[in-house]
Amino acid sequence: MAPILNVGPLALPLPELLLLAGLWFGLSLSEKHAQRHGLTADLQANLVFTMLVAGLLSARAAYVLLYPAAFAASPASLLSLNTGLLHAGGGLVGAALGGWAYAQRKDLGLWQTLDALAPALGVLWMASALAQLAGGTAYGAETDWFWGIELWGASRHPVQALEAVAAGLILGRLFPAPNMANRTQGMDFLWLAAGAAATRLLLGGLRGASLTTLMGLRSEQVLAWLALATALWLIGKRRAAGNSALQ
Amino acid sequence: MNLTTKQWNLFVLAALLAGAAWVGISARLPGTLAAPSLPAPQAGFLAPDFTLQTASGEVITLSQLRGKAVLLNVWASWCGPCRAEMPAMQRIYEEYAEQGLVILAVNATDQDSATAALAFASELGLTFPIVFDTDGGVGRQYAVRALPSSYFIRPDGVIEEVIIGGPMAEALLRIRVENLLGGQP
Repeated sequence: MAPILNVGPLALPLPELLLLAGLWFGLSLSEKHAQRHGLTADLQANLVFTMLVAGLLSARAAYVLLYPAAFAASPASLLSLNTGLLHAGGGLVGAALGGWAYAQRKDLGLWQTLDALAPALGVLWMASALAQLAGGTAYGAETDWFWGIELWGASRHPVQALEAVAAGLILGRLFPAPNMANRTQGMDFLWLAAGAAATRLLLGGLRGASLTTLMGLRSEQVLAWLALATALWLIGKRRAAGNSALQ
Repeated sequence: MNLTTKQWNLFVLAALLAGAAWVGISARLPGTLAAPSLPAPQAGFLAPDFTLQTASGEVITLSQLRGKAVLLNVWASWCGPCRAEMPAMQRIYEEYAEQGLVILAVNATDQDSATAALAFASELGLTFPIVFDTDGGVGRQYAVRALPSSYFIRPDGVIEEVIIGGPMAEALLRIRVENLLGGQP
């Protein structure tokens, strides 16, 4: 675990650096695949930029809406660089809406857009697992298994490392080369989503500080199971649509 | 995968049933949030205990502050972001001290000087306690790698959140402190 990278007098936050590196590498990978989905590199870069800006603005706006009194007491905080004043859910909704609006304006299809973004999303997923490993967050439960890593005073399941490996394997399987055979539209994104959901479902059971739902089940796993079911159902629908188109 | 529709449906059914079974099994495995027993400088763990002195010789032990919300801030007088967030911390302290907030400013004296720290505190009129980590022991206990480092500690002694770096915005401080004290701003 190394949350801070000390370079001379500079103390750089490693988790954030890993996420930035993931974004850069993911976008480079997506660029190579984007043309297969009818998107130019420029179009894709503009789409991602729109999503980033919309995501950041809406993440801050959602936080302000949640805690208006705190911001009324110190309006300068509206412009603070603190990431702790960003609401993840609000940011995701804003980024999705921003992307949707841009795609509508440029006449891009939903599956086409999601497929073009899939490699970047996959790399970001892997980077976020590595960022969690660096920051020591989302840690595993205590274990005496051979693969235990020393973290926070105990030997723990290396769930963050396992998630990064799983993300790497899924990325390698889904996006081996830009000129690979075309799949039915939507399949790149949906298989990535199914793989991510299955990974979270499996590893969620080994986490060390899981939130639970009413029945004592782990919230992360319940959400992952629902996401997996949705992704598999949509894959089934897309398969059927692809088969009909071939006939 | 070149599966027929029937094979695909069976695959999906098997995957979802296996997933549901794993969700049920793992609910019984250790790892859900419970009362933490291990001390570690991480959210969800007990805040590592220490005893330090103020300039006036008052001895403060962290564990004796149980029952109060504590903002533990590790800082140095030469650190720009530390200096920048202190005025907001002072305002928050004045507003919430009566409701049970303790701000404990741990000066990283092993890489600072007590004289410079006290001069800075006097210049800003800081009234919350400042203790001196002369040998860097608390810095090591809390694995401090950057200044400032802030730990929001619940009344039961468990760390709610760790914020590395700064300056923290006043709204952030207010929201976190209100949450620690059990309300919302």
